[in-house]
Amino acid sequence: MSKIPANKSALILGGTSDIGMAVAECLAFEGWSLILTGRNEDYLHRIANDLQIRSGSSVQSRYFDATDTGTHKTFFQSLEIVPELCVCLFGYLGEQEKGMKQWREAEQIIQVNYTGAVSILNLVANEFNARGLGTIIGVSSVAGDRGRGSNFLYGSAKAALTTYLSGLRSRCYHYGVHVATIKPGFVATRMTESLDLPASLTAAPGQVAKAICRAYYKRNNVVYVLPVWKLIMTCIALIPEQLFKRLKL
Amino acid sequence: MAKVQSVKNWNNFPEVESTVYSFRTSGELQKLLRESPKVIARGAGLSYGDASLGEHVLSTHYFNKILSFDPYTGVLRAESGVTLRDILEVIVPKGWFLPVTPGTKNVTLGGAVAADVHGKNHHAEGSIANFIRRIRLMTGDGVLMHCSATESRDVFMHTCGGMGLTGVILDVTLQLKKIETSYINQRNIVAPNLKRLLELLRANGDATYSVAWIDCLARGKHRGRGVVMLGEHSTRRDLAEKHQKEPLTVHQAAGWKIPFHFPHFALSRPAVQLFNAYFYAKYRWSKKDFQVHYDTFFYPLDGIKDWNRMYGRKGFLQYQFVLPFDGGEQALDAVLERICKHGAASFLAVLKLMGPESSPVSFPMPGYTLALDIPMSSRLFALLDELDELVVAHGGRIYLAKDARSKRHVLQQGYPRIDKFRSIRKLTGAFKKFESLLSRRLEL
Ligand SMILES: Cc1cc2nc3c(=O)[nH]c(=O)nc-3n(C[C@H](O)[C@H](O)[C@H](O)COP(=O)(O)OP(=O)(O)OC[C@H]3O[C@@H](n4cnc5c(N)ncnc54)[C@H](O)[C@@H]3O)c2cc1C
Ligand SMILES: NC(=O)c1ccc[n+]([C@@H]2O[C@H](COP(=O)([O-])OP(=O)(O)OC[C@H]3O[C@@H](n4cnc5c(N)ncnc54)[C@H](OP(=O)(O)O)[C@@H]3O)[C@@H](O)[C@H]2O)c1
Repeated sequence: MSKIPANKSALILGGTSDIGMAVAECLAFEGWSLILTGRNEDYLHRIANDLQIRSGSSVQSRYFDATDTGTHKTFFQSLEIVPELCVCLFGYLGEQEKGMKQWREAEQIIQVNYTGAVSILNLVANEFNARGLGTIIGVSSVAGDRGRGSNFLYGSAKAALTTYLSGLRSRCYHYGVHVATIKPGFVATRMTESLDLPASLTAAPGQVAKAICRAYYKRNNVVYVLPVWKLIMTCIALIPEQLFKRLKL
Repeated sequence: MAKVQSVKNWNNFPEVESTVYSFRTSGELQKLLRESPKVIARGAGLSYGDASLGEHVLSTHYFNKILSFDPYTGVLRAESGVTLRDILEVIVPKGWFLPVTPGTKNVTLGGAVAADVHGKNHHAEGSIANFIRRIRLMTGDGVLMHCSATESRDVFMHTCGGMGLTGVILDVTLQLKKIETSYINQRNIVAPNLKRLLELLRANGDATYSVAWIDCLARGKHRGRGVVMLGEHSTRRDLAEKHQKEPLTVHQAAGWKIPFHFPHFALSRPAVQLFNAYFYAKYRWSKKDFQVHYDTFFYPLDGIKDWNRMYGRKGFLQYQFVLPFDGGEQALDAVLERICKHGAASFLAVLKLMGPESSPVSFPMPGYTLALDIPMSSRLFALLDELDELVVAHGGRIYLAKDARSKRHVLQQGYPRIDKFRSIRKLTGAFKKFESLLSRRLEL
């Protein structure tokens, strides 16, 4: 599958996520050099080290906290190379109920999924645009397609991210930089480990990773990883608000 | 994180409702151990039976990173959830191989150490314990412990073959074996009966790898007929011209897949007899000396995904025992006779030679070991109870990684040092934290 020259490099924001690891694996085995980020440094080092041993590609790791926006500029400037691809995967599902009672939880959901992403992706986009080269792939969620009573804190943060990515795509287009939005649907990861997800609607992290790599090569704009989710979300969007508000979704 | 689900191992029996916990870091494991009730570690679930089953199971599925590999010395350190398949993908291209490997590469490193697995080279090189430099173990109270042949030796010796009952193996440092190519020079020799087959195995005791496939359904003077297969790592010089360019290729992904559970008649005696006769004839008339990839030699069944479905929904039992050389031949013959009389059909019966033991509780001991798969039936349990008595009466023992039903006294007789194992479990506190269906059944 070596479609690319060996020396391309990618920045994987959220390299400790199950989806992030799968993306890193796809890219490393294709010869990309990688920089993975996360907060749990011990885990991050082990992931990077393992991937470097298995793939033979260079895999570095860096501490990065999405909510600590004051550090983002220094973080980005300190990278030895400007990557050609940036995949933004960090996210926080949080607890809806808790978030309704404790601002700290709601704020964390908004900051990780939205403001943190905007803060770092602005920096990345400006750099890519200045070079006239690069791809940004943001992982949003179908939860952002419509606000449901059971998880609209997360959903609204992802909705904002989706809108941001859509606008960013349009802005960057004029510089030759591509932006893709990925909407995975359910994925069996650490985030959803304790939930009972229907198997037919749930993707494996590897499937999402494949969709992300494909989006890079094909310059896709918006990708639903499992096509059935596009259908589901189209139907959900069609339900009139009068009815929708009564549904316990 | 925890999830309630139904869990079973490779032979689909028994099946239990369990709470399955997973962890990605040793910190998470520590927390789990401090908060959870009695648990048992579980790797790939490729044991046959109840060794890694229980009400609370700790899956190593996400604890699967390779920590280091030195291509100059062949020393590898990896977390317990890494599979042998993953390891081979890294080491073979650099000219190294597993020092000991079971008949499938899908097992985890932790599972391989906990069962102290043996391969086709046990008679010559021993079990995996012989190649372990160090184990990092987490005890029941969440304390990290380093053990090896020189550090905490007792715990080390009882962890190899300890079936997960001394603690959770976090990572293992292993000395690998140097190879020049990823191919094996194989020689097949057909044997018309058990006596000849054992003679052949013994006479080839200097072969690095040896194993025999036995047709369990052959009767009378053909009883124990089979094929002895010998193997040596091919050197660069031996290597066929077509492989010279790429002497160190790794295995391919599994090709075939058994799409559903076979219906019961597919396992009827005539069907299996036909299958076995076909195999015997095939070996008789095919080439005797040839070169194969390691994947074909060591892992012939890995090419067929989900082959356990051949045994139908009810599952099957694997029965593996070892008998000392002294008197072993007569006892083996008696076992084969009982199986034949009982009519228990078995596709696969594998016989190997074993050399000296390396751990006080692990299965291998010098002698002959036979492993056979038998489809589930109500009469099967009585037959195996009978065979157990025969095996221990002859100084043998059965393999716990392949056991779902044996009784306490059979263990007691077959493993004379098992009481020391029990006391070590008490001493280290493992007894209070680690429990499997197997440990409960056998009161370990
Ligand atoms: C096709 C096939 C061929 C086989 N051939 C052979 C063979 O030739 N030789 C041989 O010796 N075996 C053989 N086996 C058996 C197999 O190698 C062992 O049962 C092995 O233990 C399975 O490892 P697993 O990762 O699947 O572990 P599991 O089946 O999940 O667990 C097995 C045991 O290991 C313990 N365990 C697992 N992980 C840990 C850990 N991290 N810390 C502590 N304890 C742990 C469990 O508690 C349990 O007691 C074969 C199995 C199959 C399916
Ligand atoms: N799983 C699903 O069903 C699903 C569905 C749709 C979309 N998604 C999205 O897919 C992405 C990946 O999720 P996943 O399912 O793979 O989840 P995961 O394994 O739980 O990963 C979450 C990731 O977010 C990072 N993270 C959390 N808080 C952070 C912070 N403050 N700063 C920096 N990083 C932080 C975590 O890293 P550290 O903890 O190491 O910092 C980790 O890498 C997320 O954006 C998620 O919203 C998931």
